[in-house]
Amino acid sequence: MKVRDIVNALNFEVLAGEEGLDREVKGVYTCDLLSWVMSHGKQNNAWITVQVHPNIIAVATLLEFSCVIIPEEIEVEESTLKKANDEKIPVLKSKLNAYEICIELNKLGV
Amino acid sequence: MEELLSVKYDIESGDFIRGGEASSNLKKLLNQLGIRSDIIKRICVACYEAEMNIVIHSVGGYIEAKIYSDHIEIIAYDYGPGIPNIELAMQEGYSTASDIAREMGFGGGMGLPNIKRSSDEFYIKSEVGKYTEIKIIIYFN
Repeated sequence: MKVRDIVNALNFEVLAGEEGLDREVKGVYTCDLLSWVMSHGKQNNAWITVQVHPNIIAVATLLEFSCVIIPEEIEVEESTLKKANDEKIPVLKSKLNAYEICIELNKLGV
Repeated sequence: MEELLSVKYDIESGDFIRGGEASSNLKKLLNQLGIRSDIIKRICVACYEAEMNIVIHSVGGYIEAKIYSDHIEIIAYDYGPGIPNIELAMQEGYSTASDIAREMGFGGGMGLPNIKRSSDEFYIKSEVGKYTEIKIIIYFN
């Protein structure tokens, strides 16, 4: 499944990184402690986090995550979105909380 | 062993926006060299943690990567304040990060243990008020 398919199915808002919408999604990871994410996240995961500062894009780039999903409509810093565009990492925003996003992604078969 | 390539990145204290860029640049370089992806991931984890340690804890420093035909050597050097008790700093969960850094998802006390775990060889030395230097070696095979 592609990031684009998830965006369409779950009505997520694409905040940045549109050029990466055709990235393949394999698995989901959710955690806000960046060192933990660095050591446990896997390539092509969709990453759900409440962190919104630009360093999340560095983490997502290094781990080759397919996208970053921001739950509960948290506002994302402009510098984060700029970096996401540069790195072509889609940043998606949802009204749902992290748990609900996991459920919906699971229903989609991610 | 002949050194093929060497790169050096200056790392600024408190720069969370650019923090991680040195690791990203190094990653791109290693991809171009055709290094195995699981090895690159280990190098990225070690380099990112070392880089963010300089951003979070130090007054500034640099990351230098020397690439040889069969391994990479990464030096992460900062100009202080140094680590009073290295044994304690190496313990998982121990952190001296600020509240602000913790709110940003850093300061889990996992940085140094993550670096050690990702490396084939790991050396750390420090002098309070002067410097901290980490040397990491990761083999390509």
